[in-house]
Amino acid sequence: MSTIRDLPDTAAPTVRAGDPPRRVTPAQWAGQSVTMAWRSIVQIKHNPSELLDLSIQPIMFVLLFTFVFGGAISGSADDYLQFALGGLIAQNALFLTIYTATGLATDLQKGTFDRFRSLPIARSAPLTGRILGDVLRQLWSLVVLLAIGVVLGFRITTSPLAVVAAFGLLVAFSVAFSWTSVLLGVLARDPEKVQIYGFTVLFPLTFASNAFAPTRTMPGWLQAWVSINPVSRMADALRGLLVGGPVAANAVATLLWGVAFAAVFGPLAVWALRTRV
Amino acid sequence: MLSIRTDVRGRDGPGAEMSMTTVGPLCHGVGVPPAIEAEGLVKRFGATTALAGASLSAAEGTVLGVLGPNGAGKTTATRVLATLLTPDEGRALVGGHDVLVEPHRVRSLIGLTGQYAGVDEALTGTENLVLIARLLGQRRGAARARAAELLEQFGLTDAGGRAARTYSGGMRRRLDLAASLVGRPRILFLDEPTTGLDPASRNELWGMVRTLTDDGVTVLLTTQYLEEADQLADDIVVIDRGAVVATGTPDDLKARAGAAVLQMRPTAPEQVPIVARVAGEVAGAAPTVEQGTVSVPAGDEALMPAVVRRLDDVGVRLAELTLRRATLDEVFLALTGHRAVTQDDAKEAV
Ligand SMILES: Nc1ncnc2c1ncn2[C@@H]1O[C@H](COP(=O)(O)OP(=O)(O)O)[C@@H](O)[C@H]1O
Ligand SMILES: [Mg+2]
Repeated sequence: MSTIRDLPDTAAPTVRAGDPPRRVTPAQWAGQSVTMAWRSIVQIKHNPSELLDLSIQPIMFVLLFTFVFGGAISGSADDYLQFALGGLIAQNALFLTIYTATGLATDLQKGTFDRFRSLPIARSAPLTGRILGDVLRQLWSLVVLLAIGVVLGFRITTSPLAVVAAFGLLVAFSVAFSWTSVLLGVLARDPEKVQIYGFTVLFPLTFASNAFAPTRTMPGWLQAWVSINPVSRMADALRGLLVGGPVAANAVATLLWGVAFAAVFGPLAVWALRTRV
Repeated sequence: MLSIRTDVRGRDGPGAEMSMTTVGPLCHGVGVPPAIEAEGLVKRFGATTALAGASLSAAEGTVLGVLGPNGAGKTTATRVLATLLTPDEGRALVGGHDVLVEPHRVRSLIGLTGQYAGVDEALTGTENLVLIARLLGQRRGAARARAAELLEQFGLTDAGGRAARTYSGGMRRRLDLAASLVGRPRILFLDEPTTGLDPASRNELWGMVRTLTDDGVTVLLTTQYLEEADQLADDIVVIDRGAVVATGTPDDLKARAGAAVLQMRPTAPEQVPIVARVAGEVAGAAPTVEQGTVSVPAGDEALMPAVVRRLDDVGVRLAELTLRRATLDEVFLALTGHRAVTQDDAKEAV
């Protein structure tokens, strides 16, 4: 027996032969992120309510604000739409970031995240894929909002390039802001809690802004906050890019806010992912 | 702490030698290194010590059963070995790679079916499997082919186009197992794969695990059920409160704990103490008395006739004589000195 055992046994499976690579390459990481993004988009196919969220809800906001408040705020629904669509786009973009948190919380709750972490893929791929998918949702919503706006009489008075820039700004801020959503998703671990906590923060943040109404009639203390609120700054930047007006200062302020959110919540989210998952 | 080294093995064959030595599991002997070996794993969650120095080892191509009640640390141990959790102390090699030093290499070799099904319920069965295959770098065509093959193998072909949300518990488990096999892992972790399954689905899953080990896959399987470990495992590690309390083959453990229990009820209740004394002497183990019935662990088949003969000699007539299988509770009592968590407790804690 011993002589047989001393011989190398080529038939036996051995995990030693041809050790797998130690880490993923950047190209693999990119591919894995795209696959994860594909997954987050395919999910919509089987969950039609999300498609409604992504389409009907923004349309409803536009219709309600334009026809219910429009006349009272701006004198005519037409004028109001020209003012408010930039704000509605900003508000909608922020609301969409909740998907990052609900998706992550669902994955954590159901054990899907464990499965991903047990695979030989980049650690960040589930996250980058999710965010990539959310960027596509942002694009879809922007198209829906602009389309309903145009149907109701909204006129883009700038250039196609400015519209692209508006989308770029939207995505840049949303991705940076998504870190808060990642943190929320990891800490809450429950999509329903995410909705509750998330909107508790997002409603005051988006409504205490100049997104839907000019600041003139607001009390002084509120005006002070509204003027620096990132939603106001982004709404103004989007107005500038879509219907004309000052852009640079507002865009810079929006991006600085994005950097601030990412700088504070990025490390916290990474810490939470490392220690709480 | 004892460790088990099983170099060559066949399920029941003579190769299934087992040596109880004090050699640490990380010291390699001659031959193929174990597929899984862990030594002194400690993991604390705040005040809770989930793992208190657990060591285990599984030879390549074998099934290691990790048996323990709810809260024993089975999931924590599995997560450490599957690179999901960093232990506070201790070392673990999976496929020869340190889980802390080369986690990515370990992940290339393993498949994990966690305690809570890791399938994406919003995707179809096919999409779930294609997703994993694509993440593992397979091309679209190859990924679809692999998905179809696995669905077929797990009897899910008809359900492949339906969202996993609509699956029954058994189907979801099967899909989960299929997902962990997409990359043809050499080492598979199954954390309580049959908990919550009906007997038919459970038997089906057992059959699938056997097929895998026939192909040379090493399996670490956690369970709360002695019967399951008995059915599938080559070696069993019994853990309790994060520590290994016993290791050995199923037969070995059952012999130590009393595979069966001999239960006797004398016709005359006042003879219970005599029955208890005689049975205890013959069995060489402490008898338990409950409601006029005496129970002793029955280590081997010769016990029953021996006890009956002795009782006959002292003139005791038995109204009832039963030889029944030991419950996990009794195995635990025998091995740990305290009662295991009961099924009902386990359900509440989930
Ligand atoms: N993430 C965690 N945070 C706090 N305590 C935990 C965590 N995971 C497990 N535990 C505790 O560690 C112990 C072992 O848990 P676990 O490994 O899940 O046991 P088992 O899988 O055997 O039921 C339990 O007391 C459990 O409550
Ligand atoms: Mg468990």
